[in-house]
Amino acid sequence: MAQAQLPVGTPLTTPEPEHPQAWKWYDYFTFNVDHKVIGIQYLVTAFFFYLVGGLMAVAMRAELATADSDVLNPNLYNAFLTNHGTIMIFLWIVPAAIGGFGNYLVPLMVGARDMAFPKLNALAFWLNPPAGALLIGSFFFGGAQSGWTSYPPLSLITANTAQSMWILSIVLVGTSSIMGALNFVVTILKMKIPSMRWDQLPLFCWAIMATSLLALVSTPVLAAGLILLLFDINFGTSFFKPDAGGNVVIYQHLFWFYSHPAVYLMILPIFGVMSEIIPIHARKPIFGYKAIAYSSMAICAVGLFVWVHHMFTSGTPPWMRMFFTISTLIVAVPTGVKIFSWVATLWGGKIRYTSAMLFAVGLLSMFFLGGLSGVTLGTAPVDIHVHDTYYVVAHFHYVLFGGSVFGLYAGIYHWFPKMTGRMLNEFWGKVHFVLTFIGTNLTFLPMHQLGLQGMPRRVAMYDPQFESINKLCTIGAFVLAFSVVPFLINIIWSWSKGPKAGDNPWGGLSLEWTTASPPMIENWPVLPVLTTGPYDFGGPPEDDDDDSDFDDE
Amino acid sequence: MTGSTLDSATVTTEIEVAQHHEHEDYRVFGLVVFLISESLMFGGIFATYLILRGLTETWPPEGTEVELLLPTINTIILVSSSFVIHKGDVEIKKGNLQGMRLWYWLTAAMGAIFLGGQVYEYMTLGYGLSSNIFANCFYVMTGFHGLHVFVGLLLILGVLWRSRRPGHYSATKHTGIEMAEIYWHFVDIIWIVLFALLYILTQF
Repeated sequence: MAQAQLPVGTPLTTPEPEHPQAWKWYDYFTFNVDHKVIGIQYLVTAFFFYLVGGLMAVAMRAELATADSDVLNPNLYNAFLTNHGTIMIFLWIVPAAIGGFGNYLVPLMVGARDMAFPKLNALAFWLNPPAGALLIGSFFFGGAQSGWTSYPPLSLITANTAQSMWILSIVLVGTSSIMGALNFVVTILKMKIPSMRWDQLPLFCWAIMATSLLALVSTPVLAAGLILLLFDINFGTSFFKPDAGGNVVIYQHLFWFYSHPAVYLMILPIFGVMSEIIPIHARKPIFGYKAIAYSSMAICAVGLFVWVHHMFTSGTPPWMRMFFTISTLIVAVPTGVKIFSWVATLWGGKIRYTSAMLFAVGLLSMFFLGGLSGVTLGTAPVDIHVHDTYYVVAHFHYVLFGGSVFGLYAGIYHWFPKMTGRMLNEFWGKVHFVLTFIGTNLTFLPMHQLGLQGMPRRVAMYDPQFESINKLCTIGAFVLAFSVVPFLINIIWSWSKGPKAGDNPWGGLSLEWTTASPPMIENWPVLPVLTTGPYDFGGPPEDDDDDSDFDDE
Repeated sequence: MTGSTLDSATVTTEIEVAQHHEHEDYRVFGLVVFLISESLMFGGIFATYLILRGLTETWPPEGTEVELLLPTINTIILVSSSFVIHKGDVEIKKGNLQGMRLWYWLTAAMGAIFLGGQVYEYMTLGYGLSSNIFANCFYVMTGFHGLHVFVGLLLILGVLWRSRRPGHYSATKHTGIEMAEIYWHFVDIIWIVLFALLYILTQF
């Protein structure tokens, strides 16, 4: 890899620093505009909501341990069901993956001192706590009960105040997401250091770029649908009321035009995290840099044309089923390209089984299963057969828990030393991984069987024939809940007392490893100069500067 | 394999200072990205409108008259205000602050007249938000657009307020002015689509 040098100007006398070089603890509770503070604010807040949503899941699994309704009453079960889904998607995975890792890492990876619009960035974060408060507050008004999709007419006839609070909450996080996305687009397009070519941009930044474009296109459409729903609930309009000339399927289109791409909002940044972690911990150049970068963009583009596969049972005409089945199956191609690239990167690498790597490899196996069940669900005939059964629940928990959440954990183990300056304890990290891996499979693998046998989702009571498998799932859920304990203790202990990490504990080559851990305010005393590509591990650097393929060993 | 920074922790260079303190202003670009996103929100509502129109036998329903004269006048006012605000932008780029203020005041007045006309239309239409499915669409679409005009008006008034400070805007410093202008054009373009959908399409 040839060195692309920044022109070095004449040294000036060092100016007096106008600000402190590190933040105090209370700065993390203020309207701070530093991207690193905002990133950590996002991560910690999101993790708090993860615990809240997780407790709801545990309560639901406790209810489902027996066929009768004995732990939660059905209304409360519905409210937990709705808010579990909503919180996990809108207040945990999306803000943690995009807001947390994106904000912390993108400026560091492109060699910028901050995001393009720091104040807008802080504003985007501070929309999240009130959104969470609205959701949790809705329990005082009966709780939104119509599931995370909030399809009318159910959402029009249950718990109106709580449903309105739910809508406002989603509009708030949507606004936050749009602000964040436009910030990322401008930052990546305009602020990367001049010496960094586009094919030297870390793959995480490519992923965030694709994610942001997707968020910018799809989020406003959800907002439109939710605003119309809000009018239907509160102001006597009838957009989605069939008896007054409205149409419920329009809502489903508006909803899924966002909410299908939302699954890519949750997984694309995680794909980016994977592409950073695997080469570093396998000590090998990433296989197929360009293929991974382009496949992110391809997922972003094709992902916009697949939403109707959620609506195969909504009276969708056959030609539409055909079109959307095909487009859905096409998304599996760029995703497969990524998976094979990671596997090829692992092939023959000097793999270090750190906790981060374990979670990354765990993700590969789980996402592979989730992807396979996704392909089956994307085809209209199978989907119609298992629609609204536990097969669907199993599928999306494999991709969202086995995929996104594993990726978030991997990212935390990987970048914790950079964020805090201290190492996490590897032993407890491995305990955490083993518990999580067992818990996930024990909870969600049997659900495939439940679904194929026909157990419907979203119900508190079910036919007793499903009880034994449900018991297994509930035990798994408790293991999963318990798996958070070693992680939480590890985080808190290591943050205050863990061994010092040094600037570059893993020997990474992307720019975030060139600064101190934790990075100073404004990231570098002098902006860094690119001397290697982000994944040039092992072997002598190449001489040839154009047409450099990172996938060559 | 070694790290990849310059090994000069405390040296500050001219380049670095320039990038640090005087990096380019990306606000206009950011606004354009935002407006592309925003237009998709209108896109969602417009799509809903078109589907509902396709599903309904008579559109608009019996007894719901779409008044055309006042909205047409309003449209002419709003669309021409785009040219007026652009004159203001041209003036500030020549360094003529007073000229800019004049044209921006005129734009603000035209925006206010548009909003006033819309309120008058609401009061005289004879049907309300919840009358029928067409009325639902009509009020939500025009109301939502009206809200955007109101925000644009506030932006223009904000520019006028700030322009009182000497030296705040000049021939080389006019990002805020430009952003208000771009936003105003956006509001105009949305109105043209909306006018076509709500007023012209209902005539056929």
